[in-house]
Amino acid sequence: MSAQDILVLAETNQDAVADITLELLGGARELAAATGGRVVAVLLGSQGAKFTGALGAADRILVVDDPQLADFSPEPYLAVLQSLVAAEGPRAVLIGSTTIGLDVAPALGAKLDAPVLGGCQSIAAEGDALKITCGLCGGKILADVEVKGSPAILMVLPGSFRPGEEPGAAQVETKPSPVALQPGAITFEQMILPEAGDVDITQQDVLVAIGRGIQQEDNVEAAEELAKALGGALAASRPIVDQGWLPTTRQVGKSGMIVKPKLYLALGISGAPEHQEGMSGSDLIIAVNTDPSAPIFDIADYGVEMDLMDLAEPLAEAINEKKG
Amino acid sequence: MNIAVVIRQVPDLIEPLEIDASGTSLDMDEVSFLVNETDDHALEQALLLKESSGGSVTVVALDFGEVDDTLYAAAAKGADRIVKVAYDEDRPPSPRQSAAMLAEAVKQLGAELVLVGVYAHDELEGVMAPLLALELEMPYVGVIRGAKAGEPGSVTAFKEFPGAVMAQMNVKLPAVLGILAADQPPRYVPVSRIRNAMKSTEFEEQEVAAAAIAPAVKLQRMYHPEVGERAEMLTGSEDEVAARIAEILLEKGVIK
Amino acid sequence: MATVERDPGTEFISQVLDGEPALGCMQCGMCAASCPLGAAMEYPPRQLILQARSGNLDKIMDSPSLWMCVACYTCSDRCPRGIQLADDLWPALRDKAMQEGIQPPTELQDAFQNIFKYGNSLGESARKRLDWAKDLDVPLRDLSKEPSPVEILWLVCDYPSYYPRNQVVARDFARILTALGIRWGVLGNKERAIGDCDRLYGEEGLFEKLVEDNKKLFDKYQFEKLVMLDSHSYRALSHFYPRFGAEYPVEHHTTYLADRLEQLKPLLSKPIEAKVTYHDNCCIGRRAGIYDPPRQLLEAIPGIELVEMERNRDHALCCGGGGGGMWLDSHIVEHGGQRLSDQRVQQAAETGAEVLAVSCPFELSRFEDSAKVVGLEGKLQVRDIVELLAESMDLAEKEK
Repeated sequence: MSAQDILVLAETNQDAVADITLELLGGARELAAATGGRVVAVLLGSQGAKFTGALGAADRILVVDDPQLADFSPEPYLAVLQSLVAAEGPRAVLIGSTTIGLDVAPALGAKLDAPVLGGCQSIAAEGDALKITCGLCGGKILADVEVKGSPAILMVLPGSFRPGEEPGAAQVETKPSPVALQPGAITFEQMILPEAGDVDITQQDVLVAIGRGIQQEDNVEAAEELAKALGGALAASRPIVDQGWLPTTRQVGKSGMIVKPKLYLALGISGAPEHQEGMSGSDLIIAVNTDPSAPIFDIADYGVEMDLMDLAEPLAEAINEKKG
Repeated sequence: MNIAVVIRQVPDLIEPLEIDASGTSLDMDEVSFLVNETDDHALEQALLLKESSGGSVTVVALDFGEVDDTLYAAAAKGADRIVKVAYDEDRPPSPRQSAAMLAEAVKQLGAELVLVGVYAHDELEGVMAPLLALELEMPYVGVIRGAKAGEPGSVTAFKEFPGAVMAQMNVKLPAVLGILAADQPPRYVPVSRIRNAMKSTEFEEQEVAAAAIAPAVKLQRMYHPEVGERAEMLTGSEDEVAARIAEILLEKGVIK
Repeated sequence: MATVERDPGTEFISQVLDGEPALGCMQCGMCAASCPLGAAMEYPPRQLILQARSGNLDKIMDSPSLWMCVACYTCSDRCPRGIQLADDLWPALRDKAMQEGIQPPTELQDAFQNIFKYGNSLGESARKRLDWAKDLDVPLRDLSKEPSPVEILWLVCDYPSYYPRNQVVARDFARILTALGIRWGVLGNKERAIGDCDRLYGEEGLFEKLVEDNKKLFDKYQFEKLVMLDSHSYRALSHFYPRFGAEYPVEHHTTYLADRLEQLKPLLSKPIEAKVTYHDNCCIGRRAGIYDPPRQLLEAIPGIELVEMERNRDHALCCGGGGGGMWLDSHIVEHGGQRLSDQRVQQAAETGAEVLAVSCPFELSRFEDSAKVVGLEGKLQVRDIVELLAESMDLAEKEK
């Protein structure tokens, strides 16, 4: 690998390449064009061959298969990644701010004595420096950062880049782990799936999502009525689920579901990055919030500065009228 | 189980955030601080583990922001010891810096389990939690929603994956867990108990020798996002707005 | 002579209620029968004393009914022994429960935490406390920026400061005070919650802190009296603050304005042709006996025909917002109670009135919500007396 290559840590989710990976490959392509390097996707697991087809946006697809990597556990994963990156010497490593990324990226940087940046939204190359814009404080603050020194370990929020349109050279290399792996102190035991029977919000055309602005559990009913009127389902941001007002299967966001419905009606949701991650791909976003500076209005198509409880009933009525 | 909990202060987002004259930092005179939410969950998880399996909970924090309020609340909730690490700067430390300083204090506690919030919203250079583990030379797993004591010398932790899926992880101690959420929301403790804690709790003040760590990146400018392309705001009475939204939905074929 | 050791429950009650009266409870049941939520409570007021005296303090503290009292004071008012149930027993039980780690319902926790951290129950920034006055068309004296002696220090209070529907009333009141030529001032961003609801919801520690902070604050300024729109704050300042050595001349805005009726009358130039019924709120009604002044104000407005609900004055039905009730609707409904404001608006409609007049900030949103829920929207308007006065004085807000 040349010192100008951009490496992407590929991830899989529910037996397919994760959306974030395709986004990172798109971002890596733009960056590699500026640095004059190649896009290298790195996939750690045990059945890498299954996924290489979907990683065609990369120039090189490095697959490391090892039984110790079948299910994620931090120590073997980090050991392989560290060795690979050290050997390959890329300009930058793009890692999604995901459950895996949050575990490995900072440690990778520490072990390689490489700079680490979180919340990266845009990345550009300027000579020997990378110019990066990062989001902080729930999206309320931006920071322009200059990074020199390779590799730069860059953690990227979902939704920051678009998947690339063009295929890369897609040269696949499968290799065994560069280091001998054994189970660490932290081992995977089993996956626990959510209870079946509840609504799958990722399959809904319409979602009415509630956030802290709903204030009282009692008010959830009004949102339920709206969801009914629209023929959709209720969803929620993390605080609502933490309170136990809705089950985890309804959670939208970084630590929940990624949804792309036809309509995402965000009620009383401020729209912090962790939540935006989960719904920014929706076709139509309408947001209702009493705070005019709420970040949700940055990605919504339409916004209303109003108390959601004032709007809920008239809206349900107006919708029923139009349907009638 | 001897548990250490690391707690940080972060800028309160309810208050308007101003940038200082240098343009590279928040205006610290205007910022209010409060406990980092995931750290608060870490404390709750620690207390729950102590309640179910016995042991002790020691809270470790840097002397920054409005940390005393948080520490008295922690004492009132049942933390056994509170260690406050001296810190003189007027800006919060970077993840690497705080990891180094806090690790020094935590090392002395002989804790088998260290809980810390998986992220804080003012972290720029990655997140601190895994770095703390590296400094402590302990294994780390993060994005944990709930944990319970396992066989002696281990805990079972639940790592959250997309789609409300959890990976059940067996964690041999000693280890560090990056907590996303505790098994239950942080408990409420009445103000009178906090005020009693203020009268009766002694913090253990500690100096650490960790050298200053220069940032590995250069922050050139900090600013508010431009109010660029924002949503088309609909105004009017509730009925007017409701009618307009219904129209839009009809137009776009969301309702038929 | 052998001394009898009291069980902890009895001991607790006699301490809280200052000795004998509680032990003189004869279990007549007046309290439980007149409690608007008594039927839904596992342990209505009478039972609290019974269970405590029988050594079952734990049962009460674990019960969800501990969090169902809305501080309407009917029980205390009716008790033939004069036992201060609402004022003292309920809060003490809740405080004890929280001390022992029992978690109050989450919405209430949030309210407490917001008051503790931000000085208001809505969790809004203290720096936005004067936003209600942004476009105010009369001069405002912000004493925190420029102290000067005033006749009245007007405590705007949380809801009128932050909640849009109530901010209208705040502005109207400012205009009325100015029209009366009164030298008034506000505390601007330094104002903090007074704390009545915290105390009655058992957050004694929080209440004490608020009293201390507010005493320090008020002592900095020169004023003849404190006036407020919020009846709960009035109750706290007139009745509980003195227990902590913070005693100030206080007046509720209705009595303050009613005292100036002669001055007001000529200014009430625009008639309001409406049948109006007035809701006696608990804090100034049952608790302080202030029934006539609000009515005098309403009757002074030309065109208003005042009609009475069957349950009026000391028999009025509480709106359910007191003692933390604002944050407890879900909890109450979950445990078999109902939103009292739903019942109350129906009682108002039964009088044939088109307008339900109120004089406490919580009531505007509670009754407006309830009117929607029971299908009275458009048929029953909820207006604060201040709004009606301002409208008649042709000072009211031009938009809705």
